[in-house]
Amino acid sequence: MTPDRRRWAGIVAAGIVLIALPFVAGNYLLSVATLILYLAYVGQAWNVMMGFAGQLSLGHSLYVGLGAYAAAGLFVHYGLGPWAGVWLAIVLCAAVGAIIGFLAFRLRISGVHLSLLTIAFAELVRIAFDHIDGLGGPGGLFLRVAARDRIDLRAFRGPPAMYYYTMLGLAAGALALCAWLLRRRAGYYWRAIREDEVAAQAVGIDTFWWKMRAVVLSAVMTSIAGVFYAFYYNSLFPEQIFSFTRSIEIILGPVVGGLGTLFGPIIGAAALVVLGDGTTEVLAKAGLDIPGVKQVVYGVVLLLVTIFLPNGIWPPLARRLGFEPRKL
Amino acid sequence: MRGVADVRVEKNSLAACEPSMPTLPQLANVIISGALTGTVYGLMALGLSAIFGVIRLVNFAHGELMTLAMYTAVVAFQGLALDPFVTMVGAAAAFAGIGYVIQRAFINRFVHRPEHAQMLLMIALSMIIANLLLLGFGPDARNVQTSYQLDSFELGTILLDKARVYAAAAAVLATAVLAAFFRFTLTGKAIRACADNPLGARVAGLPVAHLYAVTFGVGAACVAVAGCAMVSLIDVTPTLGPSYTLLAFVIVIVGGLGSMVGALLGGLLIGVSEALAGVLITPSAKSMVSFGLLILVLLARPQGLMGGGRR
Repeated sequence: MTPDRRRWAGIVAAGIVLIALPFVAGNYLLSVATLILYLAYVGQAWNVMMGFAGQLSLGHSLYVGLGAYAAAGLFVHYGLGPWAGVWLAIVLCAAVGAIIGFLAFRLRISGVHLSLLTIAFAELVRIAFDHIDGLGGPGGLFLRVAARDRIDLRAFRGPPAMYYYTMLGLAAGALALCAWLLRRRAGYYWRAIREDEVAAQAVGIDTFWWKMRAVVLSAVMTSIAGVFYAFYYNSLFPEQIFSFTRSIEIILGPVVGGLGTLFGPIIGAAALVVLGDGTTEVLAKAGLDIPGVKQVVYGVVLLLVTIFLPNGIWPPLARRLGFEPRKL
Repeated sequence: MRGVADVRVEKNSLAACEPSMPTLPQLANVIISGALTGTVYGLMALGLSAIFGVIRLVNFAHGELMTLAMYTAVVAFQGLALDPFVTMVGAAAAFAGIGYVIQRAFINRFVHRPEHAQMLLMIALSMIIANLLLLGFGPDARNVQTSYQLDSFELGTILLDKARVYAAAAAVLATAVLAAFFRFTLTGKAIRACADNPLGARVAGLPVAHLYAVTFGVGAACVAVAGCAMVSLIDVTPTLGPSYTLLAFVIVIVGGLGSMVGALLGGLLIGVSEALAGVLITPSAKSMVSFGLLILVLLARPQGLMGGGRR
């Protein structure tokens, strides 16, 4: 089989397994799978900015949080479901992303300075949300939990399988969008900017606007994950959702899986969650319930990958599986 | 998972009082306390600045090294009844060794890798340190209770916590030692040569890998002293790391990445403005001011207030 055929066969097989999963898996397994898909999705969104366009954001929890609070605020105060809330989340995050991008790229801020700027904005917004009493402040904002056995699509309430399929749809959509973009002008321009911005500018690419597009698209995609987060977890705390640790969690999947690759964010998220939750589960079985084990595992995986697999897990794995032509 | 900056709650400081318009002596008190704390911040940031200035490494594990030092002081106090200011000396030596080993084992092979790869390596180390601390000590806050903790020096109407004065004195002393090291010793001069021109240093036959490791050790020793000094001012939790990392970055960016004088002045500036914001606005506005300052400096003068003209 040619690598291209093999790739499609792989995607179809994985798709069938993922669609069939709720029929065979219990609720715990389904929640783990949902978490993997969630991390794969936000990872994919972050990857647009860093993996494709080479702009390192370490403050992506900002867009998750803003999206979550936008939709949850509308739901709690006006009874509007996520179908309305998601539009507010998108507009809000597009605006915030555009503002940060505009300031950063107009003033030619890049590298570590850009990362620090994104962290600073996320932290400022976190502290600001501590003081918004209408949204719960530091005490948190809670969404009414309804019966889990009926599907109420209007208010996005239902059994775990509903959330799982939603996240599966989002992750598949993000994958398709990114695959499409990479074949279009945007993908080539972004990668040109990532590899050498000055050279990209010299051949006539408007680097400012293409970087802006990457930031805004990434922010919008991440905000939708925030809306899902609000309605899946039903409780929001500024301390948690906007925290630096959350931003790091978002970047782990794509970094471990393979920066700038299409399947890296998915493989990375799966590897991390399986290893992290697996270790926690094994220890729990042995009667050891210790917080922090999961994060130590994440840290060790990240350490090993950055040292030994600088391009992530996916590129060598893809060659081994015959999805990519072998390097000559 | 806890948030970051607001968890740095200071013990027995005026900042904990209800915000109201303070009198002039109170204000002077707050400014001086802030400056004393800022000196310790400055020492911590100095470590980050030295590591960046020489190795060009963005040390995202800086805050975790700080919490590690604070826990070292707590353990030494509870286990051996050692005063944090005594532990400080041993901790500085131990951290210098740990820093040397970390640099040799992990970071040296990353020196020529892209910036983001280095950041990710340090983030991985920070996650491991922070969560091992969580495994070892649990999520609850730890502290040391020294006999002089609630005492203060009286200078007219101004009251200064003894612990805070000692902490600042230790930080100043450590800074002086560091300055002397870089100025007068052969190793210090060689390190500065590496910072100025790594290739030239290599051509001249300097052992660059060794000097980088010494630099990271020196940076870690700064953090050890700062951590032991800070532990008598603040309770420590395993999740404190990111807030110190960010604080150190705020300070060195404000002062200018790589500039040592800048790091110290940045520390003072942030210490005072945090303390003032705590009294004049609300206690939780402390970190808002430093992050706001960071954004302004990044946008207006990314080379920092004291940095050179080069971008």
